Amino acid sequence: MSRYFTEDHEWVDVEGEIATVGITEYAQGQLGDIVFVELPVEGATFTKGDDAAVVESVKAASDVYAPVSGEVLEINGELEAEPALVNSDAEEDGWFFKLRLTDASELDSLMNESAYDKFVASL
Amino acid sequence: MTEYSEDELEPIEIGTLPLDAWHRARGARMVEFAGYHMPIQYDGIMAEHSWTRDQAGLFDVSHMGQISLTGDGLDAALEAIIPAEVSSLAVGRQRYSLLLDEEGGILDDLMVSRRGPDDGDDIFMVVNGATKYDDLAWLLDQLPDDITLNLNEDQALLALQGPRAAEALAQIVPGVDALFFMQCAGFAWRGNALWISRSGYTGEDGFEISIPADAATDFADALCAIDSVKPIGLGARDSLRLEAGLPLYGHDLDPAIGPIGAGLGFAINKKRRAEGGFIGHARVAREVAQGAPLRQVGLSIEGRLPAREGAPVFVGAQRVGVLTSGGFAPTVGAPIAMARVEAAYAAPGTALEIEVRGKRLAASVTPMPFVPHRYHRQGGSK
Repeated sequence: MSRYFTEDHEWVDVEGEIATVGITEYAQGQLGDIVFVELPVEGATFTKGDDAAVVESVKAASDVYAPVSGEVLEINGELEAEPALVNSDAEEDGWFFKLRLTDASELDSLMNESAYDKFVASL
Repeated sequence: MTEYSEDELEPIEIGTLPLDAWHRARGARMVEFAGYHMPIQYDGIMAEHSWTRDQAGLFDVSHMGQISLTGDGLDAALEAIIPAEVSSLAVGRQRYSLLLDEEGGILDDLMVSRRGPDDGDDIFMVVNGATKYDDLAWLLDQLPDDITLNLNEDQALLALQGPRAAEALAQIVPGVDALFFMQCAGFAWRGNALWISRSGYTGEDGFEISIPADAATDFADALCAIDSVKPIGLGARDSLRLEAGLPLYGHDLDPAIGPIGAGLGFAINKKRRAEGGFIGHARVAREVAQGAPLRQVGLSIEGRLPAREGAPVFVGAQRVGVLTSGGFAPTVGAPIAMARVEAAYAAPGTALEIEVRGKRLAASVTPMPFVPHRYHRQGGSK
């Protein structure tokens, strides 16, 4: 399994043609206490860069974009009852949705972990 | 991720307040607000919010305008501008008031108090940070020449709020716990003159402390050395005031609404409503008699999804208002909002819908505050 990152602070785990998407530890720290996550519906299709989800923290609403194109196969129902999972475990249990990739070549433009760490350090 | 609820416009030059380095040293996340770098949070908004409701939170509100006014005929001159009865304002008492434009629209909301000969022998006003220069220009324009105005930019303003605020502040400023809500007095701390009022913007008991800027850091350190006191950022200040039903200028209040529509009629006593003689009285009199066409109301919202400022309010297909503030209320444990709605839909219990990203949220008009005030009132039970 490979993990990719975007400049919008999303992570993407890829296994075969399935991509699991969430927001990074850095992103949850910036957002603060998360009180609601609006997830896409299963079956929705996204083009890379589309609005895919919304994270509501106490202070603001923030868009989450589709990091790659694909069809939503599954959403993380746990987040409905416990949105704070994104704060406590952003990069594992706090995942948002799974996509079936439509264009695996889009992954080439994303960062690996060390590139993302450097990107965050530069902010 | 892109945040779209926060104002991203930055002024050309952002000011630095006396406690700037103190906030940064304590791990605050700084943002631009009202033209200054200010702390939005330290540990997190939820934790800071709860701390203030349970213990004592220290807020830096030095961005606010502290204006002193002196001169012959000051009371009458001020009464021609603000709707408060200034002539009956005793030394050591504070009132909530407003600046109104000629049409009776709200230019700002403010606190006004009278200080005795030992404390400056003046009228002291605290106005909003984002509006202070406009307020000053308006006051200078309206007041006669023999009134002197001074914006005290060498004073910091701190607020200590919460059920343990009185006990904490009295440890370093003995006697301050003798004040009741909306009373104020001069005190001294390590040779510095303090002007302290028992008031605030959280709905809790608490104090606002005007202190020379060069003493503010040591004073904040002395307060935070007390176990019950922690610094609190602007994020929790906003969620606390929203739960307390207290309007925020530039959001819930602006020139498009008057005091009656804004639900601030309590700030204008019977005599002044009847006799007038202040700028904007015609609208106040008309709206007292006929009702205001638009009203500020509190809304309870079903579910967990917060609705934010700017979200439209509907009854069926008809748009009847707009949210002026909204967010998740940590003490309530649910989203709440303030809205400006047509008068026909302002009665408590009225069912409304709020549109958020194409979805309709069920809401109902709710009396404010959302969380009961716990002020230390004279003759109160506490």
